[in-house]
Amino acid sequence: MVVISDIIVQGLQMLLVLLLAPLLTGFVRKIKARLVRRQGASVFQPYRDLLRLLRKEVVLADNASWLFRVTPYVTFAAIWVAAALVPTFATGLLFNWTADLIAIVALLGSARFFLALAGMDVGTSFGGIGSSREVMIAALAEPAMLLIVFCMALVAGSTQLSTVANFMASSYVGLRVSLAMAIIALIMVALAENARIPVDNPATHLELTMVHEAMVLEYSGRHLAMIEFGAFLKLLLYVSLIACVFFPFNIAPSGSGAMAYAVGAGAYVVKLAVAGFLLALFETATAKMRVFRVPQFLGAALMLGLLGTLLLFVSRSF
Amino acid sequence: MMSAVVLQMACVAGLLGLAVLAIVLSRSTIATAVIYSATMVMCLTALAGSLRWLLGGATDATGLILPIGLPWLGAHFRMDALAAFFLVVVNLGGAAASLYGLGYGDHEASPHRVLPFFPAFLAGMNLVVLADDAFSYLLCWEFMSLASWALVMAHHREAGNARAGYVYFVMASFGTLALLLAFGLMAGPTGDYGFAAIRNTPHTPYVAALVLILMLLGAGSKAGLVPLHVWLPLAHPAAPSHVSALMSGVMTKVAIYGFIRVVFDLLGPPTWPASVVVLGIGSITAVMGILYAMMETDLKRLLAYSTIENVGIIFVSLGLALAFQANGQKLSAALAFTAALFHVLNHSFFKSLLFFGAGAVLTSTGERDMDKLGGLIHRMPLTSFVVLVGCVAISALPPFNGFVSEWLIFQAVLQSPDLPQWALKIMVPAVGAMLALAAALAAACFVKLFGVTFLGRPRSPAAETAVEVDRYSLAAMFILAALCLLAGILPGPVMDALSPVAVEILGGRLPVQVHVPWLSIVPISESRGSYNGLLVMVFVAISASSAVYFIHRFASHALRRGPAWNCGFGDPVPAAQYSSGSFAQPIRRVFGTLLFRARDHVEMPAPGDTSPARLRIELHDLVWEKLYQPISGAVGFAADRLNRLQFLTIRRYLSLVFGTLVALLLVLAIWS
Repeated sequence: MVVISDIIVQGLQMLLVLLLAPLLTGFVRKIKARLVRRQGASVFQPYRDLLRLLRKEVVLADNASWLFRVTPYVTFAAIWVAAALVPTFATGLLFNWTADLIAIVALLGSARFFLALAGMDVGTSFGGIGSSREVMIAALAEPAMLLIVFCMALVAGSTQLSTVANFMASSYVGLRVSLAMAIIALIMVALAENARIPVDNPATHLELTMVHEAMVLEYSGRHLAMIEFGAFLKLLLYVSLIACVFFPFNIAPSGSGAMAYAVGAGAYVVKLAVAGFLLALFETATAKMRVFRVPQFLGAALMLGLLGTLLLFVSRSF
Repeated sequence: MMSAVVLQMACVAGLLGLAVLAIVLSRSTIATAVIYSATMVMCLTALAGSLRWLLGGATDATGLILPIGLPWLGAHFRMDALAAFFLVVVNLGGAAASLYGLGYGDHEASPHRVLPFFPAFLAGMNLVVLADDAFSYLLCWEFMSLASWALVMAHHREAGNARAGYVYFVMASFGTLALLLAFGLMAGPTGDYGFAAIRNTPHTPYVAALVLILMLLGAGSKAGLVPLHVWLPLAHPAAPSHVSALMSGVMTKVAIYGFIRVVFDLLGPPTWPASVVVLGIGSITAVMGILYAMMETDLKRLLAYSTIENVGIIFVSLGLALAFQANGQKLSAALAFTAALFHVLNHSFFKSLLFFGAGAVLTSTGERDMDKLGGLIHRMPLTSFVVLVGCVAISALPPFNGFVSEWLIFQAVLQSPDLPQWALKIMVPAVGAMLALAAALAAACFVKLFGVTFLGRPRSPAAETAVEVDRYSLAAMFILAALCLLAGILPGPVMDALSPVAVEILGGRLPVQVHVPWLSIVPISESRGSYNGLLVMVFVAISASSAVYFIHRFASHALRRGPAWNCGFGDPVPAAQYSSGSFAQPIRRVFGTLLFRARDHVEMPAPGDTSPARLRIELHDLVWEKLYQPISGAVGFAADRLNRLQFLTIRRYLSLVFGTLVALLLVLAIWS
């Protein structure tokens, strides 16, 4: 009985992330539009975009290989699995122990690996420029991410997200300087990983300034839908990650009743909304930086992670 | 029933016999088939013997003394858990390379230069692992070095190979010198060179520190630690590809075996400052190795540089094991040590696979320069599939094996707050960040390798007309690719098989993994971290197939082929694609400006001049320019000066000899 309800909860989580991901992106776009006094498209526009793309035919470059056609599904699946493993409304889900935070980050790395290869597949210069810059950003973001994981694991004694969330929700953790540094660093890494301003611009139409969008330039139709959906899911994943580690309020522990789950889900939606609003606010207020400023941006994240870790060594109460 | 060590020695004797047979058969047409298949049988027998020993509960170590070598010592050979593990690595790689050689060897222009040395090289590596006294160890080590040197020089007329052989020769001699001094120091004034005697002698801290440094120089130069790595990217690619695979995937591991044997086993309990040195050198090696690889355009040289990176990762893990062991934290030490051994095994799988793939490309196109390849995924679909598996595995991406060992190392890094020393507490997180950097750069590097070589459009007629390689080569690559996946999704049994080694060397072990539900791995405890490669793969497979099902059920099926979009700028010239140099440009600019003094020079023709503009990349190998060139300059200078001694009269020679004798006697008189 317990197993069945566990499977149901795990399945709910997988569906929930799938359903909410386009909404989050639509919400961010809407807020951004309102902040610059535009009307903006409906928050449901991403769903419509996806449906439209699914109905369109695929135009494939002449020399695209099987890898190019497989990549959208592989990246989507890898990101979806990663997103399903981050606790959203409840901790201690059935398969949470399958992968800890390091493995989740590595799953996202797998998705990026295939996407970068797909960018090289057709043999165009835009695909190459996107891929080469994407891997550079990843190479800078990953050490910073590891130090953030380290800092969190020092506080919570685990890299298992459920354990971390339960620990952070308990009353042992007050306000700590090192956690503040870790959250700033994590937000910086999340901005870079999701190709948001100031690292990359998700809405740009100037080809030379883009990274992620240049890499997927040759995709169309249902393939593009999968890739876009993957990007929505990745944004949701990072927001869930920040929420679950640093703001685990009302997150339901494993085995609690349906009521607790409902409260957890409600709290989760509120957290998403707050995060989406803050992201839109930040993106409206900031300008995109040059590509070769990114190393300094991510270097700062790395240093914050390292400082947070060292502060924890100096005193466990920081 | 034959004891394990006798079986191994019989296989070694068989391999040596094959070397002789190869000389006899040298010009015959059947030589290639006979030698490689017989070598494969020998390696498989040895593999079965050592696997049985390792998995069969690891009975007591068995020894064997042959009446050769030093008259008062004899030649000792012994099989214990550590040796058994490395014999598995050596013979698995040997068997795969022999299978590959069955096909690849047919394209060999001068088989008589390869065939005799191939089994001899394998025999040498087996012997090094089995040796149980310093004298036999050094002898076998030299035998292994010379056999591999002969293989490097197999194509001695090709440009650059003679230099590669020379640099390798010099570095190998230097390494052996360091090993000789290390063993001399450990044997002490009594001069008992048996490993059992050395193990039982307590060593003073000074001796231990000196031996550690000498081992880092001796074993490190063979394994490719920065800055002793310079020979490796020259020599490994110069050999035929299946030998490159053995040198990179296996011989570097034999060097690591030597390091573990001396530093963990013979030297006695470690001290924590040793771990600081090993951690520092290991992490620098990992990052520098992969940055060198990123700058490289030659397929096989790139792989050789990536070997340096992986050796660095293994040394970092060994350094962690030393740190924990010095502080008596047996469980964490066993975790780091198991991770190191796991990575040794993994690297031998995927690096052999990738070198085989590079060999397949070389056979099929005659090109090693990535900038002249491209589009091979259409012409060589099977080869490109297995190379893709190798690239994903070496980039430490789940669900393949590379990720498991890196994950274990990160788990070991996360145990470091328990260490009492401040230096280590602060150093280990930084080392962890360096490892993450190396892993991310490795992914970038292998996107480059696969993207430029196999994807895109062909950049030369050779790449355009490439054909798939023979069945033997493909079989060898597919077996290794399957092993990469298997070790990635079922890491538990592998870790359990490694535990006798940890027990023997460290006296501690990880919890048994096979009994963990769902075949997860839980190195310390479930609340600290667990990983399940099998479930991750199953989940990704299920979600990918459900996405495919959904799309094909509900979405449009229409598909049209057309010219690439590229924002309307069609570039018809394949040379205008992203090349390996342009792919590396962002990383070159971020890291290379300082480390390689990288500069891009744009050579723009004057207005009215119709010659093409050119972009030239300037790179400096600072290790070579700042360390090796001054040394070789000084040696040359001294040789020129001493040259005069060759033209003295007989009287002067005699007085020189007399003067030396008097000086030596004086020294002796004052000393005693």
